[in-house]
Amino acid sequence: MKKTESNAIIEIKGLSKAYTIGHQSQAIGTATFRDSLISGLKKPLEFFTGEKLEKEKFWALKDVSLEIQRGDTIGLIGRNGSGKSTLLKILSRIVEPTAGEASLHGRTASLLEVGTGFHPELSGRENIFFNGAILGMSRKEISEKFDDIVEFSGVEKFLDTPVKFYSSGMYVRLAFAIAAHLDPEILIVDEVLAVGDAEFQRKSLGKMRDVTQDSSRTVIFVSHSMESIQSICNKCAWLQDGKILKFGDTKDVVEAYMEHQSGVGSEPIAKRTNRRGTGEVKVTDITIKNQIIKNRKIILDVEVQNKTKTTYSDAKLAIDLYDVSGNHISSILNYLNGTAIEYKPGKNTISIEVDHVNLVPGSYTLNVFLGSDMYNTTIFDWVEGATVFLVAPYDVYGVGVPPNTSGRFMYLDYHIKQ
Amino acid sequence: MGMHQAVIIRPKKRLTIDWKELKEYRELFFYFAWRDVKVRYKQTAIGAAWAILQPFIQMVVFTLFFNKVAGIQSGAKEVPYAIFSFLGLLFWNYFSQALQRSASSLVDNQAVVTKVYFPRIIPPISSTVVSLIDFGFATLVFAGLMIYFKFPPTSLGLLLLLPAIFITFLAASGAGLFLSALNVKYRDVKQVLPFLIQTGLFLTPVIYPVASIPESFQWLLYLNPMTGVINVMRASFLGDSVINWSLTSLSAGIAVMMFVLGLYYFKGREKEFADII
Repeated sequence: MKKTESNAIIEIKGLSKAYTIGHQSQAIGTATFRDSLISGLKKPLEFFTGEKLEKEKFWALKDVSLEIQRGDTIGLIGRNGSGKSTLLKILSRIVEPTAGEASLHGRTASLLEVGTGFHPELSGRENIFFNGAILGMSRKEISEKFDDIVEFSGVEKFLDTPVKFYSSGMYVRLAFAIAAHLDPEILIVDEVLAVGDAEFQRKSLGKMRDVTQDSSRTVIFVSHSMESIQSICNKCAWLQDGKILKFGDTKDVVEAYMEHQSGVGSEPIAKRTNRRGTGEVKVTDITIKNQIIKNRKIILDVEVQNKTKTTYSDAKLAIDLYDVSGNHISSILNYLNGTAIEYKPGKNTISIEVDHVNLVPGSYTLNVFLGSDMYNTTIFDWVEGATVFLVAPYDVYGVGVPPNTSGRFMYLDYHIKQ
Repeated sequence: MGMHQAVIIRPKKRLTIDWKELKEYRELFFYFAWRDVKVRYKQTAIGAAWAILQPFIQMVVFTLFFNKVAGIQSGAKEVPYAIFSFLGLLFWNYFSQALQRSASSLVDNQAVVTKVYFPRIIPPISSTVVSLIDFGFATLVFAGLMIYFKFPPTSLGLLLLLPAIFITFLAASGAGLFLSALNVKYRDVKQVLPFLIQTGLFLTPVIYPVASIPESFQWLLYLNPMTGVINVMRASFLGDSVINWSLTSLSAGIAVMMFVLGLYYFKGREKEFADII
């Protein structure tokens, strides 16, 4: 028994979780006696045919070990299905691991969604009590914090109104206000900041930061927002296919993750079939010189193949930028800045340089559109989600740390004088 | 919920009941019950009055059709059919309502079950406890009937009242635990349960006295715990029959067994609830 190193508040050893594919389909909740009867009949058959049950197994989490020190704020990152949520659910004791163990040395609260157990028929006041209780607060604790919760939420006036009459913003604010007043030693948080309006997100993130800067508190935090992760977490674990790929300082892990992400291209553009247009002229490739933008400069090379023998002059090239939430952020359009382009027969390369990408960190999707003229008389090619680029958090203003940009879309180049 | 010892999360091997944990979560148990009560009477015009009206109307209908039309009699001449059937309904309704609520409790709380940890036994058991409130209201109607029909409360009846409620609670909770766990995986439960309860009403001496069954078959009826409960209550409050203690013990024993088996099944299944619900 090694007992010496244990300042660890959470120790995870060889934690694994397997689902059988059958279970997965049952997770939707449609299993009936009939399904069971059929699988019951199949099992002896499998036994005789020697078909392995193994292949039906899916490891959502495989042999994960991790030691988390008191006071650490750990970010969990990874693609959807990488095992982040499974790990959170096991640590929250909602699901049981298939193998391995985790020990948590402290009062734990988990926040996998805001407003768990909110009942539409109950008033705001009543929901504060039930939700608080279900998150692990005692009645005494809730009563003591009640006024603070109400004030934080800003729904005083509607405290005795059933929450079904709340706007979604009010609902989320009330729910988050309760959660923000939890006072555990270990806090497990899933992507809860992704809700609500921008202003409230900022407030929540601020509150989260207060929480995480309390050095006695340990936080495990899942988010898809690299920016939230960077501003909150001192350490980070990157999960992929149920395993920890990298664990360490947030900066290193996030950079490695983003580099990896940008390389995960789907099919080459030339081969995509999910596109619209006549196809006479087609986008065959887009290369982004610096896929992860750190110095605010981006160079895009668009390769266009014209299969016809005609030269299309005064043609149109449009690139639309979308953020992860699907907001149309901006466009690059040759008509807008008065550049004439033409598509000659054969291969054409169009190079685009953006001097200042003033976008906040995140991942951006590009749609590419080729047309015969500015009126779109003929649509040659239109590829949605043609490619992706990432903007890494960076010290835009040269003050030593990347700015907090939660809920914002872009940076301004500004100077303040007095 | 106080300072914790280290919580060790690992695959559970044994079927254990963590009493300490249940004690820690007793407030949450209360909150579940409290929420169910609150929600139940929201947006109803007459609220809790339904708990009184429903069994009363049921009694009137039963008396009209089973007694007046079909000619079914109570256990004894001097006992009016109305009070006879109401006493049966009183306990049967508690049983069936508790069972129904309990069986759907986990699925109804799906959102919570998949997002927060708490002892999973809380929703089904809190449902059977909450159903006691309606039982309490219906008991008021029974008290009114006792006054109206001039049946003074007997000391034997009052003595046996709590044990009878407890036996009903055990039977309903046992079946409720079993069905709620089964319902997580097989939503068929929801389809079958109303039918089972309807059938159960006729397999339980609610509208007829036990004595109307040939004596050599009566033990079969007592395999149903509600038979023991209802018959003991009628015998002690209305004096329409004598208590058959050995058969009543059989009924009570089966209720205890139902609870133990239901709990056993529930504990065996609870670890997969969040995965498959």
